[in-house]
Amino acid sequence: MGYNWQWYQIPKYIYRYTDNGFQFGELMFGLWTTITLSFSAFALAVILGLLLALLRLSGLFIGTKVAVCFLEFVRNIPLLVLVYLFYYVLGPVFKYDRYTASILCLAVYHSALISEILRAGINAVAQGQWEAAKSIGMSKAQMYRYIILPQSIRFMLPPMTGEVIHMVKSSAIVSVIAVAELTTLGQNIISDTYMAFEIWFTIAVIYMIVIMILSIGASQVERRYTVTN
Amino acid sequence: MSYTSPIINFESVDKFYGNFHALKDITISVNSGERMVICGPSGSGKSTLIRCINGLENHNSGKLTVDGVEVFEGSKDIIRLRQEIGMVFQQFNLFPHLTVLENLTIGPIKVRKISKPEAEIMARKYLERVHIPEQAEKYPAELSGGQQQRVAIARSLCMESKILLFDEPTSALDPEMINEVLDVMVELADTGMTMVCVTHEMGFARKVADTMVFMDEGKIIEVAPPEKFFSKPDSDRCREFLEQILEH
Ligand SMILES: Nc1ncnc2c1ncn2[C@@H]1O[C@H](COP(=O)(O)OP(=O)(O)OP(=O)(O)O)[C@@H](O)[C@H]1O
Ligand SMILES: [Mg+2]
Repeated sequence: MGYNWQWYQIPKYIYRYTDNGFQFGELMFGLWTTITLSFSAFALAVILGLLLALLRLSGLFIGTKVAVCFLEFVRNIPLLVLVYLFYYVLGPVFKYDRYTASILCLAVYHSALISEILRAGINAVAQGQWEAAKSIGMSKAQMYRYIILPQSIRFMLPPMTGEVIHMVKSSAIVSVIAVAELTTLGQNIISDTYMAFEIWFTIAVIYMIVIMILSIGASQVERRYTVTN
Repeated sequence: MSYTSPIINFESVDKFYGNFHALKDITISVNSGERMVICGPSGSGKSTLIRCINGLENHNSGKLTVDGVEVFEGSKDIIRLRQEIGMVFQQFNLFPHLTVLENLTIGPIKVRKISKPEAEIMARKYLERVHIPEQAEKYPAELSGGQQQRVAIARSLCMESKILLFDEPTSALDPEMINEVLDVMVELADTGMTMVCVTHEMGFARKVADTMVFMDEGKIIEVAPPEKFFSKPDSDRCREFLEQILEH
């Protein structure tokens, strides 16, 4: 094939020893950004998703309509277009940087998926639980806080851990607006060194390792919360 | 019996589920301290009637007042009113993620804003009342059906409500557990609390009821004191129904 393999070049992008001692390489910084980006976006997506789910379950005409419109809007736009929208259109209007744009965009996109998980979890709680909570005089907020949400957690956790993994994977897309996460840094290194094969293999392996660690965590969670009966 | 004012009052109440007419022109009242037992065939509207009292179902027309407060869909008073009305369900509906003690104290603490130690003292008192003080730290799933239903009764008692509603409290229980729950209910009846009870346990009804009610097809067919109700009811349908369930 005539390709000049240069695997020996790769480790320095992961770590190196300099006069200042041990240092992480670019790819590790990229990975760190990927992780912080994903988890910030995930936290925001859960809050947004819960709001959406509660709005839809509120029984209020306007609340339901707002939530459904939002969900339809997000669901019918490709993630890539959503990224451009958040960076090139909303970014200049609200004056935020590319990192913020990517968090907001990922959060909005995933909030639609998460709200469905939360809604299904809430609906999975037996009707009698609502009735019992009502009959002791609880308000709607108290019913959710003390009776319904604690019980729906076990229905939500397994699919939610799946969503974390989904989030880490889809975070690669923000490389199109040059946020310095793993995929972007990989592209940068390749444009400097032309080591496309080595770098893309390495990046794929790094994602795989991270996702595998998360999957193991997820299956632990799943085992603990598997719904019996 | 001395005169007491009605604490629950239905005036020409109708209730529809879609096109289905579930309660037809219900007019009946329950006095403070009265013990009313409602029976009737499946689908006759007994649950619907009792669930209207605490607003779990909303009636469509007519007037329903409980403890002087009108109950209607969207009422702002209903949450406060429900604190005065305990309810025991056929399926117990205990909170499975809370211990027995927490099941009993969550209402008093969160709704009535009573301090936790005070609520726990009260909860243990009522667990004693239903004869299971030793189960306080367990989770509902670790108890037998009869014990769970007694916890549910204690949970209603902890709200110190004026009215207790029972919707077939023993019909989900194994036969050998029915009596332990009925015994507790008889003891409660002796305390002078207002009770409305849907049940087909006629032995229990004879023992505690001040008033017997027979429903069929969404209508109240017969209202009578137990002596008359069981010996010479006015309606044939009521007599046939009693013959049927007293056979076994
Ligand atoms: N949520 C509902 N939607 C539609 N129809 C309903 C609903 N709840 C009850 N019904 C109907 O209303 C009628 C009365 O029901 P209800 O539960 O009050 O009867 P019941 O006397 O308690 O019967 P059972 O002894 O079986 O508990 C039944 O025909 C039932 O099918
Ligand atoms: Mg019923």
